[in-house]
Amino acid sequence: MSAAIFRIWRGDAKGGAFEDYTTDVSEGMVVLDAVHEIQAKQANDLACRWNCKAGKCGSCSAEVNGMPKLMCMSRLSDLPLEKPVTIEPMKAFPIQKDLITDVSWNYRVKKKIRKFNPRPPDAADGTWRIAQEDIDRVQEFRKCIECFLCQDVCHVLRDHRKHDEFIGPRFLIYTAALEMHPLDTEDRLEELRKAHGIGYCNITKCCTKVCPENIQITDNGIIPLKERVVDDHYDPLGWIWKKLKR
Amino acid sequence: MRPDTWWTQPLLVFLGLGAFIIYSTWAAFQGTHYHFGPYLSPFYSPEIFGDSPHSWFGPKPTWWPGWLLFSPALLILWAPGGLRLTCYYYRGAYYKSFWADPPACAVGEPRKTYLGERSFPLIMQNVHRYFLYLAILFVIVLATDVWKALWFAAPTSGKTSFGLGVGTLVLAVNVYLLGAFTFGCHALRHLIGGFRDQLSKSPASYQAYRCVSCFNRRHMLWAWLSLFWVGFTDLYVRLCSMGVWHDWRIF
Repeated sequence: MSAAIFRIWRGDAKGGAFEDYTTDVSEGMVVLDAVHEIQAKQANDLACRWNCKAGKCGSCSAEVNGMPKLMCMSRLSDLPLEKPVTIEPMKAFPIQKDLITDVSWNYRVKKKIRKFNPRPPDAADGTWRIAQEDIDRVQEFRKCIECFLCQDVCHVLRDHRKHDEFIGPRFLIYTAALEMHPLDTEDRLEELRKAHGIGYCNITKCCTKVCPENIQITDNGIIPLKERVVDDHYDPLGWIWKKLKR
Repeated sequence: MRPDTWWTQPLLVFLGLGAFIIYSTWAAFQGTHYHFGPYLSPFYSPEIFGDSPHSWFGPKPTWWPGWLLFSPALLILWAPGGLRLTCYYYRGAYYKSFWADPPACAVGEPRKTYLGERSFPLIMQNVHRYFLYLAILFVIVLATDVWKALWFAAPTSGKTSFGLGVGTLVLAVNVYLLGAFTFGCHALRHLIGGFRDQLSKSPASYQAYRCVSCFNRRHMLWAWLSLFWVGFTDLYVRLCSMGVWHDWRIF
C-alpha cells in the first residue's frame, strides 16, 4: 500500500480553493474510493454526489486531472500518482458545494424539446411493427446515462457559456433519437437550427471522447442532424431534386 | 488545467496539415515534372489544359490572361482541397490545431467571442456535399489514370504494351485510399440512406448505408492515409520525371 496526494476543490458558489489530502491507495481503487476514504477519515463535510459506483447512474461526474470523468470509473492505476491528483467539480454548471454542481439546467433544456409523437398504429392489433435495422441507430443513443460529461467538456457551454442558445451534445443526441425514430412524425429541424443552436457545434468530438457509454455522439448523432438541417436550409440542388421526385 | 501532454495531438495535426499545404502549394505552382511515361500526378489530374499527353483539351488556352500564373493543377485542386477543408473530420481537427477553438478537449480558449458554424464565414461549411459530388468524379478520373498507367510506350517504336510498374501500384494505392476517404464521407452516409428513418423499406439504400458507415468508422484514418499518399504519389511521379528516382517495371 502506498500514499498519494489528492488535490480536491473545496468551496461553494461564493468561492473556494484546492486542498491537499494524503491517503493510502491500494490495488483496484478508483478515484471515488479515494474521495470516500478522505470523506470518512479527514473531511467529513466533503460534498460528493454518487450512487451506483458502477458507471451506470451518472452521478459522480467531476474533473479528474482536468478531464471530465466519472470518478467511479477512473482507476488510480491509470493516473500518475507521483504527482497530486486534482479533483474538481464540472466547470459547465454552477457549483453548489465542493464536487457537487447544479445540473438542473439540463432538465429544463430537455423539457423544451418537442416530445415523441408516433404515427397512428398500423398493425392489425392496434400497435406498430418496427424493423430491427430501423431502431438500431436510435438504441445507441438510449444508452445515455445523463452524466452530463459531454455537456461539461463541450467548449460552447464550458468556455463560451452559450447555455441560452445551445442545448449541448446530450440533448442533440436526445433529439437525434426522436428525429430518427421510425415511428415519430414531428419535425424538429427548424428548432435545432435556431433555438437549439446546432450550428454552434464545431465537431471537436470532445463529447464522444468523454462519453462513458462510448456513444458515437458526433458521428452518429450530431453530424447526421447537421446534414438533415443542410437538406432543409442549405442545399438548393437537393430542393430541386425533391421537387422533381414528387 | 490538464497536466498531461494535451498539446501533442493538435501539434502533430498542425505539423501534418501544414507540411501538406506547403508541399501541395509548391507542387501545384511548379507546372513541370508532373507526368512521367504513362503516369500523371494526382495533383494535376484531370489535366484540363496543359502540355502533357494527358491533357484533355490541349495546351494552355490563348485567352488565358498573360498576367495570371498558369498551372494545370491550379485549375482543379480547389475541388479536392474544398472537400478536405469542409470535411467534418478535418474541421474538428483544424479548429483545434490552427485556431485553438478549443486547443484541445477541456483546455481553455484564448478568446471570448464565438460564433461557431451558424453564421458567416463558417456557415459556408454546409457546402460540403457539393465538394463530395466533385470528389467522386475525381476518384473516377484517377481510377482511369491507373488504367492508363498500365500501358507503356516502347522507347523506339512508341508502340504501347501492357505492363506494371511501381508507379502503377503507387497510383492504384492512391485511388484506393482516396476512395476509402471519399466513400466514408459523413455527407455521403447521409445522402445514401442516413436521411431515412425507415431504412428497412429501401434494402439497397440500407446496404449502401452500411457500406459507407463501414468506411466512415475509420474516416480519420483514411483522411490521413489518403492525404499522405496523394502527396507521396505526386513526389514519386515528380522525382521519376526529374530522373532522381528510377521507376521499376515489374513486368
